[in-house]
Amino acid sequence: MAEIRLEQVNKRFKKHWVVRDFTLTVADREFVVLVGPSGCGKSTTLRMIAGLEEVTSGEISIAGRVVNQVPPKDRDIAMVFQSYALYPHMNVYKNMAFGLMNRGVPKDEINQRVKRAAEILGISDLLHRRPAQLSGGQRQRVAMGRAIVRDPQAFLFDEPLSNLDAKLRVQMRAELAKLHERLQSTIVYVTHDQIEAMTLAHRIVVMKDGKIMQVGRPLEVYERPANRFVAGFIGSPSMNFLNVRIAREGEDLWVDGQSFRLKIPRHRASAYRDHVDREVIFGIRPEDIKERTRDDLPEGVEPLRAEVDVREPIGSEVIVTAAVGGHSFTARVSPSMQVRVHEPIDLAVNMNKMHLFEPETGTALNGD
Amino acid sequence: MQITRTQRALAHITLTVSILLIVFPVVFALVTSTHSFQESFSFPPKFHVGSHLLDNYRAAWERVHMGRLLFNSTLISVAVAAGKIVLSILAAFAFTYFGEFRGKATLFILILITHMLPLPIRIVPTFELVEDFGWMNTYYALTIPFFASATGTLLFRQFFLTVPNDLADAARMDGAGPMKFLWKVLVPLSKTNMLALFMIEFIYMWNQYLWPLIVTQSNDMRVVQIGLKMLLAGEEQAAEWNVIMAGTILAMLPPLIILLILQGSFVKGFAMRQEK
Repeated sequence: MAEIRLEQVNKRFKKHWVVRDFTLTVADREFVVLVGPSGCGKSTTLRMIAGLEEVTSGEISIAGRVVNQVPPKDRDIAMVFQSYALYPHMNVYKNMAFGLMNRGVPKDEINQRVKRAAEILGISDLLHRRPAQLSGGQRQRVAMGRAIVRDPQAFLFDEPLSNLDAKLRVQMRAELAKLHERLQSTIVYVTHDQIEAMTLAHRIVVMKDGKIMQVGRPLEVYERPANRFVAGFIGSPSMNFLNVRIAREGEDLWVDGQSFRLKIPRHRASAYRDHVDREVIFGIRPEDIKERTRDDLPEGVEPLRAEVDVREPIGSEVIVTAAVGGHSFTARVSPSMQVRVHEPIDLAVNMNKMHLFEPETGTALNGD
Repeated sequence: MQITRTQRALAHITLTVSILLIVFPVVFALVTSTHSFQESFSFPPKFHVGSHLLDNYRAAWERVHMGRLLFNSTLISVAVAAGKIVLSILAAFAFTYFGEFRGKATLFILILITHMLPLPIRIVPTFELVEDFGWMNTYYALTIPFFASATGTLLFRQFFLTVPNDLADAARMDGAGPMKFLWKVLVPLSKTNMLALFMIEFIYMWNQYLWPLIVTQSNDMRVVQIGLKMLLAGEEQAAEWNVIMAGTILAMLPPLIILLILQGSFVKGFAMRQEK
């Protein structure tokens, strides 16, 4: 097991910079997830760690050894591909044994390791089948088995679950978490699915346009997004962003959207004193806007009256898209609440969970 | 759309007629090869099986040393088909997997263009080259000039392009170098293509007449197509069609056997692809 370090790594394809100034240290046994929209450079970063792509500049080291010039096979890492990339003409056993055979591992040991990996993954009875005779989930397991038998310093996963159907994905996600616990290995995992990122990662690296937007523990990224992009990317439905001003009234600061006003809780207000009368972006997650059930609201929770535009019941709750003045936003309310389209609704906004962002740069205003 | 009785009958008639047209020359050759010299000239032609089968085949076999010719033809056809497969797999591998080298596209088009030049156009320069090498009247002359194959290169390149890139990456991670990837992954996956190419090229080479005629002088280096021409004998003599047909049937046998052997795995290969 090993630490993986990326130091000022850049990658350019022709004239296009795909990864810029990527610096990250993945600790030994850590599970790090790179997440971001398509084309953000996350897969390229992973492929550079694997050695499948050359680094334009910067340094990558694995277990203290600089590997920039080391070919993939000598980096002692294993990779699981999105397409599984199983050899179609080999059976499951040979697929898993191929890497070991190329490394001259003795036959008995190969046999032992393949059998053990197959057992861990529950595919012992499939060893003589070919990939074409396997279901998607089974192929996925074989692809992981091929990585496990190698017993590498680190595992790289490139969107391993995105070819599975929704139900299987949830199941494999749980199994992946268990597997990591069992193997205690360093894992770098790429996905565009924020749920996978949130549930699997020790730390999440959010990327956009080849740059790191934020690195942090899942809840940290969720609760204290460093900028508007991260705030909007993590969480579903995504965070509401409203263009507002910060207004002062006596001792209190307010979020002023012209057609509505929400008081900023005192314990957070002090951080925004410098921004009074300035335009900012107010961010609030749909789960922090609920139905208003009583008149007296707890400290930091503000009333808001809006008109319902869309109502989407999903069983456990109702996703409401509402508007106040020119501002549109979503809220998650209880299914017991009567919600009618084009009628007013009384909501309660938990201002303790609000975020403010700089309008031009999108950087979070330090209010914590 | 419902198929009517008339349509069905029409289809059957069309198919039957086409099969008869295709089969007729073969059957006629077969029947003629059993006739006596006189019978083979009778008009209208006779379609019954005659009694001279063994005589005719023996005559054909002995008159031109058919055994040696069949051996030569088989040897060079197998060698050329195999050589073409090896060379074109390597070329296609280079074209598909070895990054971007300067002039790659142009080079590929040039290779395709060579395919458009028929043998007679290339025959003089090739002849000179072979002569300079001192290969006249050898198996080298009969095989090596045929080894390069634009068809094969194109066929394998198109197939390799359909192989997912992840597979090559996975092999790299698994510690397989380029040649190992070629040998352990691409070649096994190309089996069906290899069989198809083998069949096509075997028959192509089997039917060569002009080139073998100009680069061989001694009878023991001749090939079966030349043997058939030799059976036609001289101008002043009437052609012994019964013997010639016997020779033709003999010349047909090896490709037929190859076809029958390969057909099984060919069909299997296609069935395998369906699984994916």
